Amino acid sequence: MASPEPGALKSLVDVERGIISREIFVSDEIYRQELERVFARAWLFIGHESQIPKPGDYLTSSMGEESVILCRDRAGRIRVFLNSCRHRGMKVCRYDEGNTVEFQCPYHGWSYGTDGALVGVPFARDAYGAQLDRSQWGLVEVARMENYKGTIWATWDQSAPSFSEYVGGYKLYLDLLLDSWDGREGGTEAIGGIHKWLIPCNWKFPAENFSGDRYHGVSHRSVDMVGIGPSGKGRRDMQERNEARWLDVSFPELGHSMIAFLRKHDSPLAPAYQDAPIVADYFRRCEEERRRRRGEYWRLFGGPGTMFPNVSPLARQPRTLAVWHPRGPHQTEVWRWYFVDADAPTEVKDFLRHYYIRYSGPSGMTEQDDMENWNYAHKASRGTIARQYPYNYEMGLGRATRAFEDHGLKLPGAISDVTQANASEHNQRGFYTRWRQFMEAESWTGLMPS
Amino acid sequence: MSADTAALARLLLQREVEEFLYNEAELLDKRRFDEWLALFTDDARYWMPMRRNVPPDDREREFTRDGADVNWFDEGKDTLGRRVAQIQTGIHWAEEPPSRICHMVSNVQVLRASPSGSAAPSEVAVRCRFLVYRNRVETETDVLVGKREDVLRRVDGAWKIARRMVVLDQSVLLAKNLTFFI
Repeated sequence: MASPEPGALKSLVDVERGIISREIFVSDEIYRQELERVFARAWLFIGHESQIPKPGDYLTSSMGEESVILCRDRAGRIRVFLNSCRHRGMKVCRYDEGNTVEFQCPYHGWSYGTDGALVGVPFARDAYGAQLDRSQWGLVEVARMENYKGTIWATWDQSAPSFSEYVGGYKLYLDLLLDSWDGREGGTEAIGGIHKWLIPCNWKFPAENFSGDRYHGVSHRSVDMVGIGPSGKGRRDMQERNEARWLDVSFPELGHSMIAFLRKHDSPLAPAYQDAPIVADYFRRCEEERRRRRGEYWRLFGGPGTMFPNVSPLARQPRTLAVWHPRGPHQTEVWRWYFVDADAPTEVKDFLRHYYIRYSGPSGMTEQDDMENWNYAHKASRGTIARQYPYNYEMGLGRATRAFEDHGLKLPGAISDVTQANASEHNQRGFYTRWRQFMEAESWTGLMPS
Repeated sequence: MSADTAALARLLLQREVEEFLYNEAELLDKRRFDEWLALFTDDARYWMPMRRNVPPDDREREFTRDGADVNWFDEGKDTLGRRVAQIQTGIHWAEEPPSRICHMVSNVQVLRASPSGSAAPSEVAVRCRFLVYRNRVETETDVLVGKREDVLRRVDGAWKIARRMVVLDQSVLLAKNLTFFI
């Protein structure tokens, strides 16, 4: 691909001054480059292992614009393949999920095992003779795949760093979503059913919003007035947040970020889930257990975040993970999964599920208003005149520290304490710092911090 | 009842049910949400599953499961009321300025009435088709088409909606939100 003009991206994305051009959201050419430079190289979220428990189970997902099949092969190994027949490109699977022994292309009938091997070719002997080397024509498989605490990730780039290196110090924050409430490693599952819907905006609008936008309270004033929270007020329980330090955590060298909260070192657990005594009790018992297991790290809890490029974990209230699939510069297809502790009582799961869907997704009373804003912010940024005026990301410039410490507890990342300021755009600047690096770098060499 | 009387009773019931559904659509399109909400029983359920593309040997997985999976909607009267209240705040940005919405209801079929054979049943199961058109701001337009299955119950002489299942004929939702009622 053609490289961007030297320095061009630097002038479009001036994270040092907090000025970012609208071009990166609306330009067809930049979008085309993103598909190659970002989505063909980064680690992307595919699905959850709880959705493919048995050999032969599969789920079709997406990496960038491209359809992929997540499946558990007959030997029980999890695989990710490009969903496109090697003969003429037809999707070999057009179902969202199921169980199979093979994927047969409906066009000319080439069929592939759940391990991707080309196992069936109509008229093979008569039409191809010895010409066709089947071993070279299996389904295209991702370069690397990782099962991290039940979540499945993959990259197309063989030279990409390991998933562990890619996550880096962000692991502590991602785990706030994926570990059990009582502090055990992992132990979470995705509730059945994935919200899938389209938003008319560039994928970076939701990605940067979730990276750490504490500034958009006005978006959600109506739901706060009506009250859908698990204690009957607001959109979520606020006491534990209001008693905590507010930290905007960013890893600009990785692109990941999260809104995090740190309880005071001597603070008791704030009441939550007051609408449902059984959930309140489960939550309290789990938090006490977590405190025993994690010690001082118990004090840390998470809000929304974004793992570069397009995966947004939301650690609690609601506990969910969204993927912002690019569908052209002007459209995003969202896939949202919802998480619970796998061994939580049914009543707890049921209460949380109801809360999650009245909060999130296209029917969610909170997210609905976000989408209106992303839709029309994008639309109003496309014009010839509008594009000449950059967005402002100056909030809280220069206030972050790499040496955050609170009563002996050290936290990784570049951290901006916004307890007094209420908000910053520290996390968004981190996101675009990484975005610019991905767009400028020719290869993974130089993309990872040494 | 003679055969003629029974046929007449069925016809009257059919007409009564259609009248009820058309009136409901009118209340929604006129944004008379409080009156619309009053059409639901206190124990009402409003449920809208999601749809998946599934292979022939697995068709039962087409719909997300009631009571277990994530759905588009899984509401009681309380949360329906909160959705109405949110629209009425005037600052629910996804519905400001208000959408222009048109509910079309057709193919109304009374599936069963109980007690069966009664001239004035207390509960009926009704299936219909819907087409909901939404246009908002300038060019934003959504068309949602599907089926609805209602259980209507007669309360103090008036029909109320005790249960509604909305089956939308989409998998990936093509609208950016569901800020309106079907």
